[in-house]
Amino acid sequence: MADRADRGPRRTVEAVWRIESARLIAGLARAVGDVGLAEDLAQDALVAALEQWPASGVPDNPGAWLTAVARRRYVDGVRRQVSFERKVAEIGRELAEAESPMDEIEFDEHVEDDVLRLIFTACHPVLSRDARVALTLKLVGGLSTDQIARAFLVSTPTMAARITRAKKALSDAGVPFQVPVGTELAARLASVLEVVYLIFNEGYAATSGDALTRSELCEEAMRLGRMLAALAPGEPETHGLVALMEIQASRIPARTGRDGELITLLDQDRGRWNRLLITHGLAALARARSLSGSEFSGPYVVQAALAACHARALVAADTDWVRIATLYGLLRALNPSPVIELNRAVAVSMADGPAAGLAIADSLAGEPALRGYHLLAAVRGDLLERLGRPDEARAEFERAAAMTANTRERTHLLARAAACA
Amino acid sequence: MRVMVLVKATEDSEQGNYAEHADEFAAMGKYNEELLKAGIMLAGEGLTPSSEGKRVAFGDDGGSRVIDGPFAETKELIGGFWIWQVSSMEEAVEWLKRAPFRGGTVELRRIQEAADFEGKLPQEILDAESRLRSQSGNE
Repeated sequence: MADRADRGPRRTVEAVWRIESARLIAGLARAVGDVGLAEDLAQDALVAALEQWPASGVPDNPGAWLTAVARRRYVDGVRRQVSFERKVAEIGRELAEAESPMDEIEFDEHVEDDVLRLIFTACHPVLSRDARVALTLKLVGGLSTDQIARAFLVSTPTMAARITRAKKALSDAGVPFQVPVGTELAARLASVLEVVYLIFNEGYAATSGDALTRSELCEEAMRLGRMLAALAPGEPETHGLVALMEIQASRIPARTGRDGELITLLDQDRGRWNRLLITHGLAALARARSLSGSEFSGPYVVQAALAACHARALVAADTDWVRIATLYGLLRALNPSPVIELNRAVAVSMADGPAAGLAIADSLAGEPALRGYHLLAAVRGDLLERLGRPDEARAEFERAAAMTANTRERTHLLARAAACA
Repeated sequence: MRVMVLVKATEDSEQGNYAEHADEFAAMGKYNEELLKAGIMLAGEGLTPSSEGKRVAFGDDGGSRVIDGPFAETKELIGGFWIWQVSSMEEAVEWLKRAPFRGGTVELRRIQEAADFEGKLPQEILDAESRLRSQSGNE
């Protein structure tokens, strides 16, 4: 819709919005006490910027400009309401009350606390996971509804409705605009970290969808994680999550082959791993450990430590499998899950040989959660093959192939079955 | 995307005259804090004067010669750098405009990704270069 001359300023407005929107919405939310209303006011300011900046140029202090416009909208709204209620005489006093908190909105410490409040509010457990993810990207990430919709492969009206419902749900539940304290903090922080990691995995795990949008989701999740780590630097798990995401993301350039096929960790060309992200991630992991005083304070720190084992090995053969097996044991203790135990079986097989790994994998045979899980059969097939039991191995690979819905994976498993001699 | 922000040296940075710039340093500290709290900073360092630097000049035959600093053309020297993760070059420009510099020029360059080379160099060269990087990998 925009012609060429119009596109430059529009992109500039979008760039300013990315930088300013979280602080703008957060400051407004503290002043008006409602995140939904704050977002509406901020959107009004964005529309005004899109109308005016292409002609007038970007103001010297765009954040202050946007705040001033949003504030004027709010005061106009109060004024209309007041006159409607025929309280004309009280306008002066009410306006003074309405304006005073808005005057505080400046680029200061306050606003940074407000951004933290905004993150905790957007990730409030009263909302569904999907709603938390959408609201966080919209309010904190500064993404447009259209961008979020494309990233999650739903239509824009569907995503817009989801965001509107979420804002209303916060308002209906009377969720206070606060960072929780005391015992509530741990549970609420877990919800925030879960949302950030969900956003990351949406970008990292899925192989469908627009590749560019997907890597942008990973980048946005890492940015949110770093924001949290800087705004609330005392929480080891936050640094652990940053480390985990950065080390995983460092492998993105090596994860797909020339024809788009997935390349497993041990077969990746490690020269393609992004060293800067690894360095940054390892530093975040070190910070998490020095804060907690323990190496393994929570599940994100342990998962980051696992990812770090691979990042530190310059070639796959250098991988410290003994340590990885130990870490999976710790992770299982923090977060009991048969999938983690299956991963431990693989690590133990690499550290102590296939027989030790198979003993653990066999102990999982009766797990209801793993019924129909093709990777259990695939792992057993691999271990049996390494133990020189080809007939059993072939049967397991064939079983695994029948259970997976992924065509590429099925082809790969059938090829392994055929190779068992 | 990642960008490198190249801050050019000044007469004072080349002289190591930091004392007169205490206010700028304080303002830069605040700015760096903002970058951290926005989650975009991946790296950022200042460089010592070029008098502590070295250059290695290569001849067409591959031979090399070491030149000691300082180097004369102050305005062409780099005084410091950042690496930022941003969503667009416009976002990087808007961030940079908020920096508390007084005078001088700062340059923004997008960091290459693997996709920038695809189809521009033979695949064998890319594979070989990637193998080398893995052998020289450091943390």
